[in-house]
Amino acid sequence: MHGISRRGLLQTGVAAGVLGLSGMPLRAQTRGGKLTAGLSGANTSDSWDGRTHSDLFMIASAHGTVFDCLTEVAADGSLKGELAESWEASADAKTWMFNLRQGVTFHNGKSFGADDVIESLQMHVAEGAKSAAQPIVAAISEMTKVTDHQVQFTLANGNADFPYLMSDYHILMFPAGQIEEAIANGIGTGLYQVQSFDPGVRMVATRYADHYKGDSAGFFDEIEYIAINDNTARMNALMTGQVDAINRIDFKTEALLRANPALRIQEVTGNQHYSFPMLTDTSPYDDVNVRKALKYGINRQEMVDKILLGHGQVANDTPIGPANQYYAADMEQLEYDPDQAKFYLQQAGLDSLNIDLSASNAAFEGAVDAAQLFQSSAASGGININVVQEPADGYWSNVWLKKPFCACYWSGRATEDWMFSTSYEAGVPWNDSQWDEKDSARFQELLITARAELDSEIRRQQYGEMQQILRDEGGVLIPMFANYVQAVNNRISSPDMVGNLWQMDNARMAERWSVA
Amino acid sequence: MGNVLTIILQRLTLGLLTLLIVSIVIFVAVNLLPGDFAQSILGQGATPEAVASIREDLGLDQPMVTRYFDWLGGVLRGDLGTSFAQANFASFTGTDSGATTVAQQIAPRFANTMFLAMITAIIAVPFSIFLGVLAALYRNTVFDRATNIFTLSSISSPEFFLAYILILFLAVLNPIFPSLSNIFEGMPFGERVEKSMLPALTLTLVVTAHMMRMTRAAIINLLASPYIEMARLKGLSPMRVIVKHALPNALAPIINVIALNLAYLITGVVVVEVVFVYPGIGQLFVDSVKIRDIPVVQACCLIFATAFILLNLTADIMSILSNPRLRHPK
Repeated sequence: MHGISRRGLLQTGVAAGVLGLSGMPLRAQTRGGKLTAGLSGANTSDSWDGRTHSDLFMIASAHGTVFDCLTEVAADGSLKGELAESWEASADAKTWMFNLRQGVTFHNGKSFGADDVIESLQMHVAEGAKSAAQPIVAAISEMTKVTDHQVQFTLANGNADFPYLMSDYHILMFPAGQIEEAIANGIGTGLYQVQSFDPGVRMVATRYADHYKGDSAGFFDEIEYIAINDNTARMNALMTGQVDAINRIDFKTEALLRANPALRIQEVTGNQHYSFPMLTDTSPYDDVNVRKALKYGINRQEMVDKILLGHGQVANDTPIGPANQYYAADMEQLEYDPDQAKFYLQQAGLDSLNIDLSASNAAFEGAVDAAQLFQSSAASGGININVVQEPADGYWSNVWLKKPFCACYWSGRATEDWMFSTSYEAGVPWNDSQWDEKDSARFQELLITARAELDSEIRRQQYGEMQQILRDEGGVLIPMFANYVQAVNNRISSPDMVGNLWQMDNARMAERWSVA
Repeated sequence: MGNVLTIILQRLTLGLLTLLIVSIVIFVAVNLLPGDFAQSILGQGATPEAVASIREDLGLDQPMVTRYFDWLGGVLRGDLGTSFAQANFASFTGTDSGATTVAQQIAPRFANTMFLAMITAIIAVPFSIFLGVLAALYRNTVFDRATNIFTLSSISSPEFFLAYILILFLAVLNPIFPSLSNIFEGMPFGERVEKSMLPALTLTLVVTAHMMRMTRAAIINLLASPYIEMARLKGLSPMRVIVKHALPNALAPIINVIALNLAYLITGVVVVEVVFVYPGIGQLFVDSVKIRDIPVVQACCLIFATAFILLNLTADIMSILSNPRLRHPK
């Protein structure tokens, strides 16, 4: 316990008490110092082009450090303005007026305005562009520059969540007319300015002196993200103090991290879920009773205990998780019940059921083990699962969406509608259960009406009903939500509430954390 | 000396043929792997349209033979091509200006790998020759046995295991060296060396046994020859007999083994680079195989094969030059 003098302890203790009474954040955040983090998900093919970002290293570097979006999801899940100061919608949620922040400059000195917003959004629907945010931007039928700092969006259909969609990490704001240069050199409006970027190796950025977020965020002088894709190397780097924080700790060596007094582990349950989608247009999964039998034949708690080693929470066959606003936490939990499974098999007119389940660890870490656990728990319900181990290479092209029953994962979405319209709306490309009107016309109807509903209470009921429909009849088995687990050196202080939408405080550690 | 030149020319011609065969094998092998660049880069987002559009952009929809000869034609003109990943980004931004060629991409990584190989060689070569000489001098003593056991067990252990042992003792328990070797351009030389120390030591452990055992065996082999007996009878000290009389004659096989191990230092570093996060060509190679980026994979393989061929050639030439009987054939 050296390093803290009694006087120092008293002082900080008193200070904490005072701050606690005055309702201010308990930890005063100090300016200065450096954050070094070892992050996975890096690739030599990385670039500053937001349209291609899909894994932590670039999301933390671009979205979390160098660039800004129009809006931002705070650690508690609420939405706040980033480059947009405020916004208002028409009654049908079709027309949105965004008021942009004034006096913001890009790192090359160019000032930020309406043109930048329009051009940055158009990147995603440009001819030949393969942006993951294409559907979001394609839903905007018209973008009008009202003044230099006001943009009006007209949507094809009403969408009450539109401001949430503008926080998507793909939709970064680039300087108009200089987009290519900005992609080449990383020129954004973020808290930190790029010093050096070596794709798949390392990113260094320093605090942009004159930033509009001022003293409220971005406490470090310098940020260094080191690409460490190897789990053990990442652990070593943290244990030997070469980095201050790492993402995705290996559960098998978690005890070693916990035993180290200089480190702490952060764990949050968000919307990331592991699933087993079935194609509801293919026999036997087109029979709702077969689906119900499978829902009762899976032992969810066992999976959380053995696959996630406790780092997760049982799920109820809906993709709406604890990080969502309208998460139905009090909905009755589906339990493992082989007798019920048998009962529903009889309802389907079957004595026993023989099916193939395709799995690979490309779907999620431990997917093959999970499939085997499922195999043994389902057997007592008269369901014989044959686990087919698929190659990890090409899994997403050759197995997922193609095989009638397979393993899959989703990182989840910030809003209910975003998640549903990505994977549960009739006809969308990632609808991995072919879920549409034939299964539940009510669900599809609610999906459209809830989207344009601005009244939060009505929406809560609507989304509650949709979650219930998915639990009872849905084509995707979702046994568990997997936590985001990361480790931080005590040299670095982080707020008590850490974002649960994505790893490493929603990838915004450069903005929210500080030197202790 | 004309003899040596003929050998060099012959070997270089054969080497070119080997490179050609290597390139065909690699090309076919990478194409046999399930999945291609378009599928792996898109991951979960691999809708049929997106896959088709990337394939079309990169020419992956062409038959394999056509693609191979296109690539070969480029290489013969000295153009290793543009990596799929870079070309794909270029198609995003709409221009080719930002794309880096494979050569530009590999150059800094290759320089890093060479740097590591050099540091390792500086440590490992004198170390193992020294050990070999001592082992020959004190053969069949406890020292000899201990050296043998130590070097043989280190060569028999997997590299990542050696790496973790070194990390445990030299980075965690006694923080002497950093466990992370993330060197970058513009890093001061001293720091660079310090950061590269653990991977260099790991590689040293891997290559020492081979060179040390060869040194020992070659010297012991000579110790039975009459001229060594003569030297001993003259009353020279055992150390002098070995270093001055035996070693020069034992050089040919030793050089051969050294060259082979140097080639290994360039081509075999993949695991060590991944464990220590060293940004060398091995990491780039792994990343590229993962996403089926054939131009980069091909270029890396060509570099590996060239290193092997050239170092083997050097070994043969050095052994000719170090042996007067081969230098002046009757």
